[in-house]
Order: sequence, then C-alpha cells, then structure tokens
Amino acid sequence: MIDFDQVTVHYAEAREPMLREVNLHIPEGELCLVAGRTGAGKSTLLRAVNGLVPHFTGGTLYGTVTVQGRDTRRFPPRDLADVVGVVGQDPLAGFVTDTVEEELAYGMEQLALPAAVMRKRVEETLDLLGIAELRDRPLRTLSGGQQQRVAIGAVLTSHPQVLVLDEPTSALDPTAAEDVLSTVTRLVHDLGVTVVLAEHRLERVVQYADRLLYLPGDGTVVDGEPAAVLAGVDLAPPLVELGRVAGWTPLPLSVRDARRRASGLRQRLADATPPSPAPARDGTTALAARRMVVRYPGTVAVAGVDLDLYPGQVVALMGRNGSGKSSLLWAVQGGGPRQGGSVTVTGADGAVDPRTLPAGRARRQVGLVPQTPGDLLYLETVDAECAQADRESDAPAGTCRALLDQLASALPGDQHPRDLSEGQRLALALAIQLTAAPPVVLLDEPTRGLDYLAKRQFSTIVRRLTAEGRAVVVATHDVELVAAVADRVVVMAQGEIVADGTTTEVMLASPAFAPQVAKVMAPQSWLTVDQVTGALAVAGTRG
Amino acid sequence: MTEQVTAGKVAPPPTQVARSGPTIAGRLPRALHPGAWWLWALGLATAANHTTNPLPLALLVAAAALVVVRRRTDAPWAFAFRLYLVLGGMVVAMRIVFRLVFGGGQGDLVLFHLPEIPLPAWAAGIRLFGPVAAEQLLGGFYDGLRLATMLICLGAANALANPKRLLRAVPGALYAVSTAVVVALSVAPQLVESVLRVRRARRLRGATGKGLRALRGIALPVLADALDRSLALAAAMDSRGYGRTAAIPASHRALTGGLVLAGLVGVCVGTYGLLDATVPSYLGLPMLLTGLTTAVVGMLLAGRRVDRSRYRPDRWGLADVVVAGCGVVTAAVTAAAGSVDPARLYPPVSPLTWPELTPLMLLAVVVAVAPAWLAPPPPTRTAERTSTPVTAAPAGAIRSATPGRDLQREAHR
Repeated sequence: MIDFDQVTVHYAEAREPMLREVNLHIPEGELCLVAGRTGAGKSTLLRAVNGLVPHFTGGTLYGTVTVQGRDTRRFPPRDLADVVGVVGQDPLAGFVTDTVEEELAYGMEQLALPAAVMRKRVEETLDLLGIAELRDRPLRTLSGGQQQRVAIGAVLTSHPQVLVLDEPTSALDPTAAEDVLSTVTRLVHDLGVTVVLAEHRLERVVQYADRLLYLPGDGTVVDGEPAAVLAGVDLAPPLVELGRVAGWTPLPLSVRDARRRASGLRQRLADATPPSPAPARDGTTALAARRMVVRYPGTVAVAGVDLDLYPGQVVALMGRNGSGKSSLLWAVQGGGPRQGGSVTVTGADGAVDPRTLPAGRARRQVGLVPQTPGDLLYLETVDAECAQADRESDAPAGTCRALLDQLASALPGDQHPRDLSEGQRLALALAIQLTAAPPVVLLDEPTRGLDYLAKRQFSTIVRRLTAEGRAVVVATHDVELVAAVADRVVVMAQGEIVADGTTTEVMLASPAFAPQVAKVMAPQSWLTVDQVTGALAVAGTRG
Repeated sequence: MTEQVTAGKVAPPPTQVARSGPTIAGRLPRALHPGAWWLWALGLATAANHTTNPLPLALLVAAAALVVVRRRTDAPWAFAFRLYLVLGGMVVAMRIVFRLVFGGGQGDLVLFHLPEIPLPAWAAGIRLFGPVAAEQLLGGFYDGLRLATMLICLGAANALANPKRLLRAVPGALYAVSTAVVVALSVAPQLVESVLRVRRARRLRGATGKGLRALRGIALPVLADALDRSLALAAAMDSRGYGRTAAIPASHRALTGGLVLAGLVGVCVGTYGLLDATVPSYLGLPMLLTGLTTAVVGMLLAGRRVDRSRYRPDRWGLADVVVAGCGVVTAAVTAAAGSVDPARLYPPVSPLTWPELTPLMLLAVVVAVAPAWLAPPPPTRTAERTSTPVTAAPAGAIRSATPGRDLQREAHR
C-alpha cells in the first residue's frame, strides 16, 4: 500500500537530512504507529506519504514514495486526495467550510463526485462516526473531540485507502481521546483502512498498533512489532516501564496484558505500603480564592469556586475540555474576567488581591504560563526576551538567563523563540514568568506536545519550584503526569469543583482518571512506576 | 415557531425529512435560494432609493421587518437584523445632527437658536450652529431615512439568507474567488480571537497594552499565528483535493477572464446608471443587461471545464422565483410611480407639506411584503438540537451522554 524506497528528505536550511535512506513497506489494513522525540521527523514522515513533503513544505526528497502505485513525485497532494486522507493536530485549522455537513462534503466536491453519491456518503459517514446529531452545527461550536471526529469524517467521505493522523488526540481530554481512538480502530477493523498515526502519549494507542515505527532522531527509522521495538527504546509508556522493572517478556502493551501477569508482582508488594502523599497542610495559605465566579455571555464558566493553595504543594487541576479550568486560572491571576469572589495572595508584601494591582505588579504575586506559551514571546532572540524579562520585573540583569539555564540546558541565546522546540519554548516562557519571583505559579496545559523525556524534565522543574516554597497549579489532561508530580488533585465539571483530595484518593476513585499503573496494581494503590521501583528495592533488601 | 398555520392550511410538522425531500409547490418548510432573498432585498432597496417620502419608506422598513420575523431561521446570523435596525436609527440621527451643526439657516420656520460659532474668513460658506429651522431638520430626516431604509433592506437579506450560502451559489468559474472569500470570512473572527489571547498574555508580562511598543508585542505573535494557521489551512486544502483542475490553454483562460471582467464592469456601470437618476438613460438598464449577458457567457465558458461537483446545491423553485419577482416588481412599481407623479415621491420640505401616499406606492409596499406569506416557512431545527443551545458551551453537555464508557470497560478488564 505505502512504499518508501531509499527515501532521504533534506530541508534546505538544515545541516542534517530529516530522514535518511528510509525503506518501508506498509501493507494494506495495518495500524501503523509512528513514535519518536519532538523534532525527530515524525511529521516529515507522515507528510511524505501524501506528497506534502516536498510539494508543499519545500526541501528535497531523494528516492521514491509510492502509495497504491502512485509516485508522489508525479502526483501532488491534491491528486492523491482520493487515496490518502490527512488529519492534522488542530482540526479547526484545517476546516474550510463552516458547518459539519458542508465540511464532510468538501473533499467529495473537489473530486467531482455525483450529487447522489455525495448525499449517500455524507449520511453513511455521519452514522459511522456517530456525529449525526451534529450535522447542522457550526464547526466552531463543537468540542475538541467532536471537531476531531468531524475532521476524520471529512477525509473519510472521499473513501481513501490510507488515513494519516498527526497527533489526533494531543489537545483532547482522556475521554474524548478515547472516543477518537476507538473510531480509528473501528475504521481499521471494519473498513480495512490503512492508518498511519503519530502520537506522543503512546500508552493510549500502542495496544492497538500492528506495527511501530520509531524515529530515534538521527534520520533512521526502526520498524517492527510494537513490543519488540519498545524493548530497546528510551521513551516508553508507563506499562512498558513497569514491565521492564518486573522483568516481563514480552513487554505488556495493554492494561489487560499487564494485569494478567501482575499477580506475582502484587504478591511481592503485598506488605509494602505505597508512599502516602504529602499530608494536607493546615498552615498558612499562599493563595486563597473564595466564591470565584466567571461568566461569559450565555454560559457560566466558573460557578462559585473556593480554592486554597499552600506553599510547596503541587495541585493538578483536571476536568474535561470546557469545564472552566483555564477561566479559573486566569481569574485567579487577575488577568482574566472575574464577576465575583475574592483572591488573597499572602506573599512578601502581605495579603493582596492581584486583580487590584497593575499588571506589572500582579505578576509578582501570581505567575501564569498560558496554554500557548508562544503568546508571551515576541522578540527576535532568546537573549532579547531574557533581557526584556529582567527589565519588566526590575530584576538584576541575568536573572532570567540564570533561571532558564536551570530549566533547560544550554539554549543558544541567538536563536529565534519560534524555532525552539515545544519543551524549550515552555522553559523560556516559564523562566520569564519566574523572573518576577511569584509565590504562586499557574501552568495551563503545559505538557501539550511534549514527549516522555521532556515531560520527565518538566516534572523535575515543578519539583524544584515547590522545593523553593512556591505553590504550583498545573491544569492538564495527562493522568500519567498528574500521578508523577501532583500532591493534590482538583477535578472541575461545569464550572464547579466536583472532587478535591490527595492524588491517590482522587485518581483511584475514578477509572477515567486512574493511571495505567494503578489499573494494573489495583486494589493496591500504586500510581507510578517510580513508586513500584522504590518499593521493590526496599522489599528486595528486606527479603 | 409560531407559523404552523399558513394560508389557511396547517403546514406539515417541520421535520428533517420534509426539508430534504423534493419540494412540492414550495409549501414544505425549506430554505429559499439565497439569491431569491437578495434579489428581493435589492428590489426593496432600489425602491427606497427612488423616494424620500417618509411614508412609503417607513412602510418598506415595516414590510422588510415583517418578512424577516416570519421567515427567518434560528441561525446566529438571523438575529443580526436587530443590529441593522439600530444602525438605521443611528444613520437618521447622524443626518439630523449634521444638519443641526452645519446646515444652519435654510428655512423660515425657525424652531430655536443655537449660539453660532464664528469661523475665520477662509471657511466662508460653512456655518456652525446658529438658528435651527424645521425644514432643515426635516430634510435631514428624509435623507437619513432613505439611507437607513436601504441599509435595513440589505440587513433583511442578511438575516434571511446565509451570506456564505450565497457565495456557494456563485457560478463554477468564480469558485476559487468564492472559496477565498469564505476562508477570509472565517479567518476574521480567528484573528480577533488571537489578538485578544495575545493581549491577555502580554498583560501577564506586565505590559500596559498601550503605545507603539505594545502594538509590536501584540502584532508579531498575532501575525505569526495567522501565518501558521493559513499554512495549515493551505496544506489541508491541498491534501483534500483543492485545485484539481485539468490543464487549460492560456488563450482560453484569457478569453473567459476578459469576458467576465468586461461583463462585471458593465454590471457596475449599469447599476450606477440605474440608481443615479441624473446619468443618461442608456447607461442604466441597457448597460446592466449587456454587462450581465457578457459576464454570464464568460462564466458559462469557464464553467464548462471545471471538474467539480456541488453538494446539495440550492435550486430555484417556484417560490424562489416569486420572492425574487416581488422585489423586482416593487422596484418597478416605485419607478413607475416616480414617472407618473415625481412630486409625491420627493415631497418638498419648503414650504412644509404633509407627505402623501399614492395608490402605486401602496401597491409597491403590498408586493414587497407578500413574501411573508408566499415564501415557504423556514426549516425548523430538530428537537434534540433545540435542546442544546449553540452558545451554551456544549463541550461538556454532549460528552456526558456516554460518561467514560470505554474507560470503565477498560478498567474492568
């Protein structure tokens, strides 16, 4: 179905080729997962399948890519539209029309299919993806998961044999991501579509994959069975790491596999008690928010929420898309709208409400890194940004740069902020906000687009912030990250707090929020591989 | 929806099936061709342009409003009509205020005196404030009302027909242009969104949000954002088959392009000639028709080689023709009324006279309001959609129908 023959991709301004002499054969009906660190060439590989590389992106492609006998050298993307369907990371950016039904028909209109065929396929696709009730809805009013399913539907109506998905779930909450992925597996199993899928959070998809393409970052591609490839790879989902710790071969890829093998492990750990998280503080709060209300026309985003933050504690703020997490963070910082309630920050200047302060002083009370950290950056070089941050917060010159060097190793100062990787950009934005030395730090969806290593690095950064006595709030969908860093979890729904407790209490109480390790080890309350490793070491010395 | 009873018969319950089925006699609820509504509205606007008499103007506004109320859907753009009414009111008020400020002194019936501001000699001929005469205010009111009525008529078309659907109905030759316009229309709100987002983010860095430096801090990320987004959109459109056209000889392309362009210029000149009573008459209707024919021929030629199909195209049925015809007849009857009795259409303000209606004007208004009953009722939304209002952040509401079923299943394995 898809053949790569000695494919090398070299972008004009790059020193090294992105892909180097890649040979691949992906047969019909496979679900092929593409994994690798940020910048390792996943997107390049995916975009080469339908000819966007090099027809659209520029650069030089050596060798040949053929899809169902068509050479991408002679067929530009538009002439492959009936064979390959491509769905991007941000579905909204790829929508051409403005209602669901028109969007589903758009691709077929371009292929000049007869009206009767189009009508029939639109109805079929609406049913196949379970979005029939959305047919007349404007695309912008849909939730993230619905948008992603519409985007998949919009390419499916052209009946492509190959579906290429570039991180389809990175912006979705766990349940919505599950919906999208179950749709994808259904397409593979029922319709025999060949799917090529890139994903950072391997734990979500690796169990469904027939094959794993791993890009180590030097331009080569490691190709093979998922379990076999993961055995020799530095980035791995928690289940695989657990399997390595416990010495299981082959490595488990689904919770079900792992659970069937875990009885021995559970017995070994029967006497060990999982580390209890930091006890609830009853000391002075770093920030106390009372009866917070945020309204937008036609909807209440935050409905009378109380939130206390303590120094040295990491709070994870969870909840589905649109549950009011971001609105709450912005209202607490004072930069967003707030129709009611009060905020008291107890810092070096005594108790103040950041909203009553000018923006320049509010950021010394509460620092917020927004969902797209790039919004904070507007200068040409990293050094210029750092110098500007020092001026903004009246800090001695070099403060921001020193913070940045702690957070990310050796960022070249003359680089343009937009050329940084996601993780580096996050570090820069965080360093800028930390220059003002706020006692409270709020992070909105910080790990979107980060790979496992970058996430591990991020966890270290968060730990360091709390060690300095700051209160940290992380709004996120990523249950594995929460299990690794948070002391306390607050769950929001429809603008209200529906659960607030220690990480163990909240995460084990609901299957939607339970990390993989917890699902495997239940009823024992282990959350992360690190906890299990530590306990095994202790058990080993005792035994 | 209040209009179950239409023309003495009970309309069938508005369902999705009824809407998508073939339309018989135009009585099933359905959306009219957007072009029909626009022709009707343009007809009304043309009629309004032919008179300054406040009576027919007010009646035309009332007619447009009635048709909108009876035949609009519950789509977001349908509620923009209120804005046009406000805008019309503002136009009238502005006209009167302008007359107050600048136009002092004409007319005998002086209502009151405002202190006049003396201007230097070089500004002779302009007077600020001074005595205010009733004639002068009335003149401003008539003028403003005419402009406001035309605006409101266009607003009615906007409320009744999705402007984007109108773009979809353009001939195949203009497809690329219409796509560009549709994309531009959807980019505008995104741009506003990203300006707001970046401004908020700038405040996080302590910026005051004023001055040239702040502008740079906002403009750069917004532009970069817009560029990223348009690249993503272009890639998506390319990979979905946009622009799959067969190779066309350059001479053919030049011919069709020239015909369409010349035709459109003709249409513009003709429209101008029709609206402005002072230009020679051969620049009016004849020019418009010649231009239209040329443009249509060009588009037909160009459209012949476009290999693209259209999903559920809007079709012209009887009702559509009737509605468009109502607009044309309104304009024609008003024009006729003008040639029969011009004084009634442009009632003099000095001396003050009470404006009068003629039977022909009344007929024009009756024809203008007829679509309120002649057009089929608009399709109603299905029950499950009315229960989930579009504005009320449906993200959670819809998701919760299946609360984590898959995950629970997975957890129990």
